[in-house]
Amino acid sequence: MTPYTELVHTWGRQGHGALVIVKKNALLYYLKPPVLIFGVLFPIFFFLAFKMGRPIPPENIVPGMVAMALWFTASAVGPLVTPWERRAKTYERLISTPVSIRTILAGDVISGFIFGGCLSVVPIVLGLAMTDACIVSAGELVGGIVLGALSFASLGVLLAAPPASSPSNIMLLSNLVRLPLLFVSGIFLPISRMPAWARCIAPVSPLSYAGDLIRGGFGQKTYFPVWLSPTMLIAFTGVLTWCACRFHRRWREKGL
Amino acid sequence: MTADNNFAIEVRGLVKHFGEVQAVAGVDFNVRRGEMFGFLGPNGAGKTTTVRMLTGVLDPSEGTATIQAHDIRTEALLSRAHLGVVPEEANVYLDLSVWRNLMLMAELHGIPRRQRVREGERLLEALGLTDRKLHKARTLSKGLRQRLMLCAALVTGPEILFLDEPTSGLDVASARLIRQIVRQLNGNGLTVFLTTHNMDEAEEMCSRVAIINQGRIAAIDAPERLRSAMRSSQYLEVTLGGGQMDAAKLEQLPGALRVTREGDYARLYGEQPGLLAIEVARVAEAKHLHIVHLCTRKPSFEDVFLYFTRDQGQELSS
Repeated sequence: MTPYTELVHTWGRQGHGALVIVKKNALLYYLKPPVLIFGVLFPIFFFLAFKMGRPIPPENIVPGMVAMALWFTASAVGPLVTPWERRAKTYERLISTPVSIRTILAGDVISGFIFGGCLSVVPIVLGLAMTDACIVSAGELVGGIVLGALSFASLGVLLAAPPASSPSNIMLLSNLVRLPLLFVSGIFLPISRMPAWARCIAPVSPLSYAGDLIRGGFGQKTYFPVWLSPTMLIAFTGVLTWCACRFHRRWREKGL
Repeated sequence: MTADNNFAIEVRGLVKHFGEVQAVAGVDFNVRRGEMFGFLGPNGAGKTTTVRMLTGVLDPSEGTATIQAHDIRTEALLSRAHLGVVPEEANVYLDLSVWRNLMLMAELHGIPRRQRVREGERLLEALGLTDRKLHKARTLSKGLRQRLMLCAALVTGPEILFLDEPTSGLDVASARLIRQIVRQLNGNGLTVFLTTHNMDEAEEMCSRVAIINQGRIAAIDAPERLRSAMRSSQYLEVTLGGGQMDAAKLEQLPGALRVTREGDYARLYGEQPGLLAIEVARVAEAKHLHIVHLCTRKPSFEDVFLYFTRDQGQELSS
C-alpha cells in the first residue's frame, strides 16, 4: 500500500467512524431531556418573553427566532454527549476502538449540526406560514443556517471538554456562555441599534454573523458585509473545533 | 521499538504517573500469540492502569508497548484495531438494544455488514442472548450485561481479547459460561489477556501469569512453576495413631525446616516433602506408631500470590 492509498484508507475508515458516532448520538441523545429542555423549550420561552406585549410586527422577529432556535439546538448536543458517556463509562469503550478522538468529536459536531439544522426548519415554516415574512435570499438563509449550525455545534463540543463529574455541570457551563452571547448578538435588537459596548462585543460571537446572514435571507438589513459573515463562521468553526480537539485530548484522562 | 512476531503483546518500560503518584513503575513483559496470560495483583497495584494503557484509554508517561507489532504510541489506531476489550464494569449503552450495542462496536471497527450480522447472531446464540436481542440493555441483569460485553468485544473479530475481571460478581452460571467460551476461543488461537482477582480462575485458565505489585512486575511464569518456586512453603501433613511424636523430634528429621501443629495434624515444612514422608514412615515404624494420614501439599496459588505481593523475603508459615 502506497502512503497515498494508506492515507485515503485511514481517512475513509475515520470518516465512516464519524458517521457511526452520528448514528449513535441520534439514537441516544436527540431525545434526552436536557437536549429538549435547553435546545427546544428554551428558545420558545425566550421568544414568548420577548414578543408578548410588545408592538413588533411578527415578520420582523422571524429571523431572530430562527437564529435563536439554531443557536440553542445546534449547541445543545455537544455539551451532553461526552459528559453523559463519561458518567456511563461508555466513553472509555469508545476511545479503545480504532477511531481517534478527532473522529469522535467530528461525529459530535455533525450530530449537533444535523439536530440544529433540522429543527431550525420549524421556525422558518411557522414564520412563513403565520406571518408576512418571506425569503428574499435563499443563499444567505441557507448559508447562515449551515455555517451557523456548524460553528454552534463546534462550540457545544468545546464546552463538553472540561472533566466534569456530572452532565448537569457542563449544561450549566454551556448556558453560562450561550445566554450572555444571545443578548449581544443582535437577536432581540439589531446590532446597529445596540449600545456601543454591546456593538464592541458582538463581533466575538458566532451568533452575530449567523443571525446577520439569516436576517439578510429574509430581506432585512444586515450589519456586516455579506462576505464577512460566512468567512467568520468558517473561521469560528475551525478554531472552535481545533480547541475542542486540543482540550478533549488534554482532559481525556481526568474525565475517566 | 522493534516487535517480535512471536509475541502478540510486548511491553517495554511502561510507566504511568498521575501527578505525584506513580501507578505503574516500568513494567516489562511479553504475551505470546495464542497464549492465555493472567495479570494479577492486589488493589491499586497497577493492573487496570496497565490494561488501560495497552488498550489506548490512557497514554503512557514513559515506555511503550506493541500490540500485534503496532506501537501503541505511534500507531495507536492500528494497535487498537486488533483488540477486543471487556472492562470490569459492563459499560454497555443502556438505552440501546442488545443488537444495536453489538452492531455499534462492529461498525466502529469497520466490520462489513454481512459479516457483522452473521457474527452477531452467532455470538448471541452462543452466549444465550438471542431471545433478548431486541431488549434494551437496561433490562439485562449484571451477568447478561457482561455476556453482552463479551459479545460486543468478539463481534469485531479481535486477535487479542482483554478481559478485566470478567466474572467478578457474576452468578455461577454466567461465570462458568464466560470461562467456557473464553477457553474455547483461546483453543482456537485467540490471545487472551486476563486480569483477575480470582486465583482459582487464573490458575485454571492461564498458561502464564504475571503478578504486579506496587506498579512493578513481582513474578512472571506458569502458575505451577511459581508455586514450585516457593519450595520451603511445601509441606507434609501427617497424623499418627498409637501415640504422638513431639515437634522437637519431627524437626530433627532430615530435610524438615519447621513443624506446626493443627489439631491432629502435624505439618512438616521442607523443600522435598516426598523425602520427609519416607523419613516419617521410617521413624513411625521404629516407634511402633501407625500412620493414620499422610500427604504432601504444595502452597495454594493464593499463597503464591500473597507471597509475591507481600515482602518477598518472608514465606508464609501456614
